Amino acid sequence: MEWDYFLSEVVANRDALLHGTAITFAVSLIAILAGTVLGIVIGIAVTYGGKPLKWPARLYIDIIRGTPVLVLVLATFYVSSAVGLNLNAFQAGALALTLFCASHVGEILRGALQSLSRGQIEAGRAIGLTFGGIFRYILFPQALRYALPTWITAAVEMVKASTLLSVIGVAELLLTTQQIISNNFLNMQFYLLAGVIYFLIDFAIEQVGRFIGRRLDQPTRRAV
Amino acid sequence: MNYHFNFAPILAQWPLLLSGIGLGLLLALVSIAIGSVLGLVVAFASRAPSRWLRSLAFTWISILRNLPILVIVLFLFFGMPQLGLSLDKITSFIVALSLYASAYMAEVFRGGLMSVPQGLVEAGQAIGLTSLRIKRYIVLPIMFRNALPAFGNNFISLFKDTSLAATIAVPELTYYARKINSETFRVIEVWLVASLLYIVCCYAITLVLRAMEKRLVLEKN
Repeated sequence: MEWDYFLSEVVANRDALLHGTAITFAVSLIAILAGTVLGIVIGIAVTYGGKPLKWPARLYIDIIRGTPVLVLVLATFYVSSAVGLNLNAFQAGALALTLFCASHVGEILRGALQSLSRGQIEAGRAIGLTFGGIFRYILFPQALRYALPTWITAAVEMVKASTLLSVIGVAELLLTTQQIISNNFLNMQFYLLAGVIYFLIDFAIEQVGRFIGRRLDQPTRRAV
Repeated sequence: MNYHFNFAPILAQWPLLLSGIGLGLLLALVSIAIGSVLGLVVAFASRAPSRWLRSLAFTWISILRNLPILVIVLFLFFGMPQLGLSLDKITSFIVALSLYASAYMAEVFRGGLMSVPQGLVEAGQAIGLTSLRIKRYIVLPIMFRNALPAFGNNFISLFKDTSLAATIAVPELTYYARKINSETFRVIEVWLVASLLYIVCCYAITLVLRAMEKRLVLEKN
């Protein structure tokens, strides 16, 4: 029976599958963390920056969001070596996903910041806070509440987008799956298995996001 | 950086690039059409009185939204023949993209359905419309107009996702870009041109959609 064969193949390839899953985790995590940091800078620049800051940030967001991730991944991989940056596939892929993530986070943060009233900035100035202080103590905590659900969606997108690194030869979960398939030809079963693993990762992130979202929706101030 | 730009070898392939982007647009259009019909059914199912139907709809949405599209594409193209269902690469890609789109469109339409004021439905009941006519003349038109901006965003996403068809050798823009890349080694130029084509197309789609929204959006007062 084919399914018995499938199970024995899963057991035989368990280390490769676990390693692939670990690479998927690693590259997604790098992209989400670095992309969020860069995205926050871009989001602030595009919302509050003067013209010399605002326009490059806007252009960055529009260019990256107008390009398919696959093109971004391929372009980063090939162009980085053409301009003399010696990045391996993993580094190029992580860089591409980081750039992609940053444009999303920038746009999410802009949406959240613009929903806050300008009066709050003025109030912050009136009590003598610097812009850093205003952002840190007034704007960011509120924006976080608006932005968190969308940010979680972006994190799920990053895990999904990490599959594209298989195209440039990063041995993450999908490429590992393809390598296993090329040995045993169990196409359907192993793609299904990969699908289940990706679903579980994304579903878990989504549920954590829902949980945090519910917590944040609760009134933070106690009734007096 | 001593890189001498030479766009000539890429521009020589201009008709291929254009045909690639045309195929991409076509794939996105067909997929969003099928995906919207499916998504509408799923959206109504997600608000159906039957609990069983509702959980089926939410499972559908949850599974397809949490799967990478590339895995769906490869599963359908390489996995399904094992079950005796061999589709050619374009059909198989359209099926994959349509399924993926259906989950996103279901979410869009579900939001659109929730935004229809209950009072309008009740007004329809008051003048004696059947529930089918209430849907046809009241709920759907309002839902479509409310859903239009999100519909546009999804269409642009799907258009960008058509680049994945390159992985199963469907000759769209990314496929040709990779081909020209490996044939001419004009690496920077090729990816510059390909990205620019995508960006220009996405921008053009945005403009068309905005014009449509302006015509169709309900007057707010």
